[in-house]
Amino acid sequence: MSLLEVKDLRTSFFTDSGEVKAVDGISFSLEKGKVLGIVGESGSGKSVTAYSIMQILSYPGRIVSGSIKLDGEELVGADKKTLRSMRGSKISIIFQDPMTSLNPVFTIGNQLIEAIMLHTPRNRKEATERAIEMITLVGINDPAKRLKQYPHELSGGMRQRIMIAMALACEPDILIADEPTTALDVTIQAQILELMKKLQEEMGMAIIMVTHDLGVIVSMCDEVVVMYAGKACEKGSVDEIFYDPKHEYTKGLLRSIPYGSKALGRLIPISGSPVDMLNMPQGCAFSPRCDKAMKICLKEKCEIVQLTPTHSAACWVNVKEAVDRKEILPDREISEEEYASLKNGGEHIERS
Amino acid sequence: MSEAKEKEVLVEVINLKQHFEIPVGFLKSKKLKAVDGISFKINKGETLGLVGESGCGKTTAGRTLLHLYEPTDGQIFFNGKEVVTKEELEEFRQNASMVFQDPYSSLNPRMTVGDIIGEPLDVHNLYTTRQQREARIHELMELVGLSSEHATRYAHEFSGGQRQRVGIARALAVSPQLIVCDEPVSALDVSIQAQIINMFEDLQEKLGLTYLFIAHDLLVVRHISDKIAVMYLGKIVEMADSEEIFKKPLHPYTESLMSAVPSPDPETARNSKRIVLTGDVPSPLDIPSGCPFRTRCPKAFDRCSIDVPYLREVEPNHFASCHLLDK
Repeated sequence: MSLLEVKDLRTSFFTDSGEVKAVDGISFSLEKGKVLGIVGESGSGKSVTAYSIMQILSYPGRIVSGSIKLDGEELVGADKKTLRSMRGSKISIIFQDPMTSLNPVFTIGNQLIEAIMLHTPRNRKEATERAIEMITLVGINDPAKRLKQYPHELSGGMRQRIMIAMALACEPDILIADEPTTALDVTIQAQILELMKKLQEEMGMAIIMVTHDLGVIVSMCDEVVVMYAGKACEKGSVDEIFYDPKHEYTKGLLRSIPYGSKALGRLIPISGSPVDMLNMPQGCAFSPRCDKAMKICLKEKCEIVQLTPTHSAACWVNVKEAVDRKEILPDREISEEEYASLKNGGEHIERS
Repeated sequence: MSEAKEKEVLVEVINLKQHFEIPVGFLKSKKLKAVDGISFKINKGETLGLVGESGCGKTTAGRTLLHLYEPTDGQIFFNGKEVVTKEELEEFRQNASMVFQDPYSSLNPRMTVGDIIGEPLDVHNLYTTRQQREARIHELMELVGLSSEHATRYAHEFSGGQRQRVGIARALAVSPQLIVCDEPVSALDVSIQAQIINMFEDLQEKLGLTYLFIAHDLLVVRHISDKIAVMYLGKIVEMADSEEIFKKPLHPYTESLMSAVPSPDPETARNSKRIVLTGDVPSPLDIPSGCPFRTRCPKAFDRCSIDVPYLREVEPNHFASCHLLDK
């Protein structure tokens, strides 16, 4: 049994202008001690997936359907008490912005000790010892002094280390890291990634790494889920995703990163703008921007196709019958004008 | 950038300084040396990439170059002429413009996109009739890949990538020779980022533009720049041709900076060794004595805390400031 099993999770935000399906049927599982990466662009639903697992969605968002099983225990629809005992001690989360996720009016020690006392049966003295131990572990010098300091007295990198210390103090089985290094400089990012890797190996916990940075994915993860418009468009090991991508979006994403010098030629961007979540295309969400889009892509969503035991993708390109025919079955046939109008659907300016 | 053409220097900056007075306590102030004596040249039609961590002074350097902040000290030569008087400055500003980092806050939400792009034309009196202004705005919008029909819309109706196009069109309005691009793609998603980078390159080719490209993303800078200057605490620590600096970084800071970038290629990532620096960037209010990098440098020795190293030409066209290179 997997440590964490997410099945067909759907999370929507019910806004005044309509339902936004931020996460639209995503499934994955996480084994003990593994690092899973969730990669996607802004608005792809990667953070919402993380928040859904923790059940810390803010209004007007809520989980519509699906199941999240932690060690076999269902979390969707679980009562507050179960969730409270799960958060912190079994799953912890670190957020993107170390500047705003610590409370500015309490000392570091106050916040850290509170978290430890809440989730473990330690008394104040033991919790303080544990806090000092954790601060040392994340590589901050002079831990006793740090406990008395306020967040503003520390630098961004140090604050992120404190966040990590807080998240790991109760030895969770799973750590969810939501863009943990995006707000940091590269040299500090390298420190934090190195630290997370070291702690992961020592403590044997599993990590869900949510990021938009493909470089971070490569340096940290075993498996990757690529998200686009709320769906997992491709899933696989790092090598499968980076060397043998099977979804047109993943291919486009990899082509658009600058690898080398000017001499290597122009970048190949993905055309068009990100999808408007309130006004989703009828077929594959990526089809308006896809240069390989066939008629069926504009008409129908593709199911997830299992390519190897570990690699799956939801792209019509992998369905041989669809590629062979190109024109698809008569009942699915669409006219040239309809094709053109569907194709143009991606080029309009999204009105907010 | 053909080899045959004689390279002409468009901008030359000598010993540019920007110090801010920061109040500390009552009636007391401290000098924040944001930019502390940097010198560089940019050839016509080329791109100089300026990289460094946050707080290293790269943005201030770009802004001071355009006199958005009055420089504390230093000289700026444009097309061989020094920019000093008010008239010279005005002329310089017609030839140099800026693209800002945040496409959300750098566009006035109350102005239509057409008026945003047309504002530099108004300021510099670059048209005689309304039609002329209109035509120029439409021309600029087409140039950056926006439909001219959208001129009457407001910025919030556009996506991030499109907003950045508006920002670029505004920068192009005065037909500048130099554009200072301050982190123009860092707020954009990867797929959109590539669109904008390509557009910068196309415009450079079409209009013969010269860029000072400020960014923290080394992969982007490597792709777009001919030359790269690395800044640390207000000083340039290394400067060389873009490929040269990646293949053979001479300064320990550049070396660790390059190795810290996580490679998006699994094979390269597995084979590369990361040099992880310890500690944080010191506060620019309290710059360490001697070499500013010595507190984090894995190779620091006695002399580093005493003498300040100066940027010098270590190899042809490869400048670095490090005592280790003196042997």
